[in-house]
Amino acid sequence: MNGAEAILRCLQAEGVEVVFGYPGGAVIPLYDALHKVDLRHVLVRQEQGAAFMAAGYARTTGRVGVAIGTSGPGATNLVTGIADCYMDSVPTVFITGQVARPLIGRDSFQEVDVTGITLPIVKHSYLVQDPEELPQIIREAFHLARSGRPGPVLIDVPKDVQLVECLASIDVPTSELRGTPTVNASFDEQIAAAAALIDASTRPTLYVGGGSLDAAPELLEFAEKTDIPVTWTLMGKGAFPEDHELSVGMLGMHGAAYANYAITRCDTMIVLGARFDDRVTGKLSTFNPEAKVVHVDIDAAELGKNRFPDAPVNATVAEALRALTPACASGDRAAWKQQVAEWKQRHPLVAHVARPNGEIRPQHLLEKLTAATGGRAIVSTDVGQHQMWAAQFYQPKEPRLFLTSGGLGTMGAGLPLALGAWFARPDREVWLVTGDGSLQMNIQELAVAVIAKAPIKILLINNGYLGMVRQWQELFHERNYSETWLHDKPTPDGTPADVLSPDFCALMEAYGGKARRVWSDQQVNDAIDWARTVQDGPVLLEFIVNEEENVWPMVPAGGDTGEPILEPEGVE
Amino acid sequence: MSSANKNGGWSRPHTISVLVENKPGVLTRVAGLFARRGYNIDSLAVAATDDPGLSRMTVVVQTKDELVLSQICAQVEKLVDVHSINDHTEEAIVARELALVKVRCDDASLAAILQIVTVFRARTVDIAEGEVVIEVTGARDKIDAMLRLLERHGIVEMARTGEVILSRGVQPKT
Repeated sequence: MNGAEAILRCLQAEGVEVVFGYPGGAVIPLYDALHKVDLRHVLVRQEQGAAFMAAGYARTTGRVGVAIGTSGPGATNLVTGIADCYMDSVPTVFITGQVARPLIGRDSFQEVDVTGITLPIVKHSYLVQDPEELPQIIREAFHLARSGRPGPVLIDVPKDVQLVECLASIDVPTSELRGTPTVNASFDEQIAAAAALIDASTRPTLYVGGGSLDAAPELLEFAEKTDIPVTWTLMGKGAFPEDHELSVGMLGMHGAAYANYAITRCDTMIVLGARFDDRVTGKLSTFNPEAKVVHVDIDAAELGKNRFPDAPVNATVAEALRALTPACASGDRAAWKQQVAEWKQRHPLVAHVARPNGEIRPQHLLEKLTAATGGRAIVSTDVGQHQMWAAQFYQPKEPRLFLTSGGLGTMGAGLPLALGAWFARPDREVWLVTGDGSLQMNIQELAVAVIAKAPIKILLINNGYLGMVRQWQELFHERNYSETWLHDKPTPDGTPADVLSPDFCALMEAYGGKARRVWSDQQVNDAIDWARTVQDGPVLLEFIVNEEENVWPMVPAGGDTGEPILEPEGVE
Repeated sequence: MSSANKNGGWSRPHTISVLVENKPGVLTRVAGLFARRGYNIDSLAVAATDDPGLSRMTVVVQTKDELVLSQICAQVEKLVDVHSINDHTEEAIVARELALVKVRCDDASLAAILQIVTVFRARTVDIAEGEVVIEVTGARDKIDAMLRLLERHGIVEMARTGEVILSRGVQPKT
């Protein structure tokens, strides 16, 4: 067995069923051995697609996603996806080919120091020097990717290491694994301190992040027992049922105003697997500085990174809540809930139905999507206005149905995320919510969807602009719409040019999928119903919307989260 | 020594020891986390410990914000190849550094230089025409003091190892 086959057999031993990749000179041995093992390989069209498909697979299952790329440009094309997984704590293993050992360090053809390039964006990385180390390294890599705070691990394998004989046993004992999170000796005291703070609070608010996605039952039990309203971050979406009586809404820059009021006016914030990201807190010093903070995180380096916690708990959210729920008294926080309900009534999130001229409102599209799918579809998004509308108005019924690039904010992530999720859970309905800017960043992966007959549904909100940047230009840069107009240059008298490029529907059809363009609000239901009936491949719905649609409410970057800018009245 | 000052200049040096896997690339991973926050490493000493699989890095850095430094340490501790990290600034430690100093000398100054060597319990390790090489070991401020005295004779070249430290007394090997 050569090193390449050993790698694939090790992947199998880790329970990997599908890998995403693209061949090239330095991984030819790996692809040569592929037929010897029972492993599905998805041939992407660009390595970044492989990285995000692996991430989509991992985000929706919680299992480790795997992507393969060759040396040099193959490896650098993976880098954005690796950074994305690092920011959002997505368990992934990336395998890159490297030039043969004697060629390393000589600027050889397609040589790049990918372990060096990725140093600050991986949980760990390996440059394999000895084929006998492969089984140990791969075991360790998977263990590291999924244990503690999950994240990406890179394994760089020189071509000659793939070719030479590997005699080491695939079966590596788990006892030899490094990097296991240490036992928290102070856990009991930390829980007691946290419970005391929670019991003493009259206006507590839960602040639920991506670290809570595997603790949904524990979270529900805890919130119900203590009677505490629940807010969440973009990454925490789905951890708590959005139709629950205690459910408030998403926090942050484009969070619901009432959710931001609830977190900035509470007396105790209970932060579960979240990291006080600037898109949530706005200006840290005005982010409810008086509130007591209970902060649960498996990553000790997060405790006190941005906000000093009064009661830190270094544990997974599930572990912490299993101990906290019995330790906390049953609560009745009717007065506080009443206050939150008042805010909600006074400043609701508004899903505009339609403009008087029948133009489609994007918010309404997402509400329709929730209604049509019952919130049971996997929805991935790209990055921009459509992402925020999806976060505001798509209501997933379970965790791990809403897949979005949160920390890195990568345009182009959405299509491969959707595909990765579909390969993981082909029985699920999968939607991609995207924009005309983002979709073009990885549009080549449409070929993968067509060839795999993946019935993913693309909800494209086309406003002709890089809408989120356009919104910032409108609000903060005197409407200087510098380089955000995508169709063509506007004509001198200000009227838009009539060149439409690309024609997304024609493009989809050229790839071999089905497509429909929708201009009027009256056609929205029909279009969504039609898309849901297509089962033999991808389908694209292009919804033309007015470019002046903005995402409301908004906390300007570095602003006060407690005072979001509300939607101006009379925008109709 | 000034105390930590959030807005002011750089404060006193912190001496941090990091016990790491004795492997390629570990130093880069650790140093990268300091560089990211704009920290210049004043001195760095790395060598294997009594366990050849482990190395001890001794890092001296200055900080103007204790919080940032504690964050860097927390992030270093997360690295898979790092077993432990300790900031010994507030602890009782034994700290030593070695310096080799090449000093210009002539018949008139040699006696004075050798007297400095004696007082500082340093050693003369080489003498050549017009130059003498001195080896001195000790705490950093002792070496600094000796260098100030030697300066007037003309320092030709110098190499310092950077500080290495151990905690005093019976300490767990962490």
